[in-house]
Amino acid sequence: MASAGRVVLVTGVSRDLGRRFARAAAAHPNVERVIGVDVVPPRGDIGGMSFVRADIRNPVIAKVIAKEDVDTVVHMSIISTPGSTGGRSTMKELNVIGTMQLLAACQKAATVRHLVVKSTAHVYGASNRDPAMFTETSETRRAGGGYAKDVAEIEGYVRGFARRRPDVCVTTLRCTNVIGPKVESPMASYLRLPLIPRRIGFDPRLQFLHESDLYAALAHAVRSEISGTFNVAGAGVMPLSQVVRRLQRPTLPVPSFGLGLLRPAHVAPVSPELRALLTFGRGIDTTRTREVLGFEPAYTTAGALDDFAAGLVPTGGRIDSLLAAVEERLPSNRGVEHQLHAIGQAAGEDHEHG
Amino acid sequence: MGDAEIIPIGTRGRPGRGTGRAPSAAARALAKPKKPVEKSPSAVPEVTSGESSGHDDPVVPTEVVAPAETVTTQGPAYSQDRGPLKGIPLADWQAALDVAAREVFGEDWEPQLAGFLAFLRRRVTGDYAVDEFGFDAELTQRFFVSLLRPIAQKWFRIEVRGLENIPADGGALVVSNHSGTLPIDGLMTMVTLHDHAARSLRPLGADLVFKLPFIGSLARKGGVTLACNEDAERLLRSGELVGVWPEGFKGIGKPYSERYKLQRFGRGGFVSAALRTGVPIVPLSVVGAEEIYPLVGNVPALAKVLGVPYLPVTPFFPLLGPLGLIPLPSKWLMEFGEPVRTDEYDASAADDPMLVFNVTDQVRETIQQTLYSLLMQRQSVFH
Repeated sequence: MASAGRVVLVTGVSRDLGRRFARAAAAHPNVERVIGVDVVPPRGDIGGMSFVRADIRNPVIAKVIAKEDVDTVVHMSIISTPGSTGGRSTMKELNVIGTMQLLAACQKAATVRHLVVKSTAHVYGASNRDPAMFTETSETRRAGGGYAKDVAEIEGYVRGFARRRPDVCVTTLRCTNVIGPKVESPMASYLRLPLIPRRIGFDPRLQFLHESDLYAALAHAVRSEISGTFNVAGAGVMPLSQVVRRLQRPTLPVPSFGLGLLRPAHVAPVSPELRALLTFGRGIDTTRTREVLGFEPAYTTAGALDDFAAGLVPTGGRIDSLLAAVEERLPSNRGVEHQLHAIGQAAGEDHEHG
Repeated sequence: MGDAEIIPIGTRGRPGRGTGRAPSAAARALAKPKKPVEKSPSAVPEVTSGESSGHDDPVVPTEVVAPAETVTTQGPAYSQDRGPLKGIPLADWQAALDVAAREVFGEDWEPQLAGFLAFLRRRVTGDYAVDEFGFDAELTQRFFVSLLRPIAQKWFRIEVRGLENIPADGGALVVSNHSGTLPIDGLMTMVTLHDHAARSLRPLGADLVFKLPFIGSLARKGGVTLACNEDAERLLRSGELVGVWPEGFKGIGKPYSERYKLQRFGRGGFVSAALRTGVPIVPLSVVGAEEIYPLVGNVPALAKVLGVPYLPVTPFFPLLGPLGLIPLPSKWLMEFGEPVRTDEYDASAADDPMLVFNVTDQVRETIQQTLYSLLMQRQSVFH
C-alpha cells in the first residue's frame, strides 16, 4: 500500500471502461489525483478525474508524467476494433506506437513505480488445436492478425520495459470478454442482436467478466502491487448454445463466411479474432489470479450473463412458454385427477431441481 | 325486388370491375375454369350462396342481387370455418392426448411426462452446467449413453472382463488399442465404463475432431477434449478417468490385413502425463472393433483434398452408399488389464525419456499379449 496519496495516470479515458475506472479510482481515499489522458475528451461524468488532452503517440505524454509526478500508470487504451478511429492502420498505430511512446515516457520518469496494463485473452487466439484452458504460461505466438497480433506485440514491449526497469512493478491483466448492462463492446453488441447468427455446427465455450469486476481487478492490481501476468475471467465456462438460451434469443446458423459479413454490413463489429472465438471457443485458467494476485471476481460467468440479460428484451423463448403451457395443462396441475398425490410431489421435486 | 333500387358495391365475389353488369374480358377468362361446378345445379345454392355467384353468369343481372338477401341471413363463410379441425371440441383432443400418453409412457405417464417436461424446460432455458472442458454430464447420461447402449449390448454384444482394475474413484488413465476405421471403439468404451463401472470416461481426441462441424461440438459435450499434455494432466489432477488411444490414426486407419497388430504408441505423451500426476495406467484390449468396417482400400489423393488422414474403402462403403455405414455386427470382447502403477516414481521421472519409453513399451506389450489371448478365446468373428 502506498504511504501517501498516489497519483494515477489512466490512458484511454474517452471510452466508457476507461472513464468509469478513472472516476472510481479518483473517488478512492488513497488516491490523491487521477489524470485521464486521451486524444478525444470523454463524454459523460468524469468525477474527480482531471483530463489532459494528449496523444500517447507523441512525446507530450512524457511531459505530462514528469509534470504531474505520476507514480502509477494504468494503460487501458488498447482498442479491439478500428471503430470511429479510422482504419486498421490507425488502430495499429494507436495500439502499438502509443504503447511504445507510453513505455518510453515511463522509462524516463523516475517517479513511476507501478504499471498496470489491461490486456486481453484474445492474445491466446482460438483454434481447434488449443488446450481447453489456457494458463498464463501458454504460448501466445499463435495469435492471428489484427487485434490479437497488436496485443501480442504490446505485451512483448511491456516485458521489455519490465526488464529495463526492474524497480517498476509491472502487472498485466489478460481479461476475457467484458459484458455488463452498459458495456459497448464487440461481444456485447453481438449478444444484443435480436437474432444471433452462429457458425453452423460449432458451439464455442465462452467466459465473461462483469464490468464491475474489471474495475475491481484493476483497482486490486493498483493496490496490491504484485508483478506478473494474470488471467481475469468470471468462474465457469458456458457454451454459446447455453448463452443464447439464457438470453432467450433465437439464433440463425450461418456458414463460416456469414460471421465475416457482420462487420461490413454494420450489424456488429465482429473482428476476425472474435470470429475465431465464436467458432472454436476458449477458456482461460484463473488459478494464478486467485492464488498469487489474490483477486476473485464477484460475478461468475453465468452471473455476469444474467446481469447482462436483465437489461435485454427477450426476442425468443417461445419454446419455453409452449412447454410451460403444456405443463400447466397436465391433469395433476389442472386438479382434475387428484388421486395420485405422489405425482404432484414428483413434479414439485423436478421443479426444485430446475 | 324491393321498392328501393339496390346499387351493388363491389362485385360480390364475381369477377369484374364493380359495375355489377358485365365483367371484363380478362375477368371472364379467369373465371372460365370454374364451369364444371355447374353439373350439379341443385347443390349450388346449398353450399354458401355467396360463393355460388362465382361462376360466370353475365346474362342475368337481376340474379346478382337475389343471392345478396340470403347472404345476410346465413352470414359469410370464412375459410377457417371450413378447416379440417373444425368441430372437434378441445376436451376430445385432451382425451386423445391422455390415451396417447398412456400408450407411450405407461400407466404412470404423468410423473414421467412431468419429469421429462421439466428436463426439457431446463434445457431450453439454459439452466444446466457444463464443466470447463465443455462436458455436459446431464446430456451425456440422459441422451448419448441411452442412445449407444442398445448398440453396445444388442449389436456388438460386448463382453467385459477385468472391471475390478478400474479404480472406483480418483484419476486413472485408460490406454486402449484403436481400430475400426471410425472411432466406434471409443464410444463403446465410454458406454461400457458408464454402465459397468459407473464412471464417465473423458476421452482425448485428435485436433481434427474439433475442426469438424457438429462432430466437434458433440464430442465436447460428450466429454472429449484435445489430446495434449495440458488437458490430460488437468483432467487427471481433478480425479477423472481419462481415455487415450495412443495409436491414433495409424491404428484406426490401418488395413484389415494388419488387424490386431499394434502400431507405434505415439511419443509416449500419455505416460509422462500419468507420471506427472501419479495416476495408474489401465491397459485396455478391445477385440471385435477391427471387423466392423474392414478397411480394404484407401484413396489417399481424395483424402488429402478433403483434409482427412485417410478415406476408407470397405467391402460395403462406397458401394452401398449410406447402407455401407452400418457396422458389421462382430462380437466384442473388452479386457481391462492390471494397472501399471506410476505413483512410486517421483515427478522428475516424467523428464526421463528412457523411463517413459520403457513404461510405454510395457503397456503396449500388455495390450498386444491380451489381444492375442482374447483372439484365441473368441470362437468366431460374429459369435
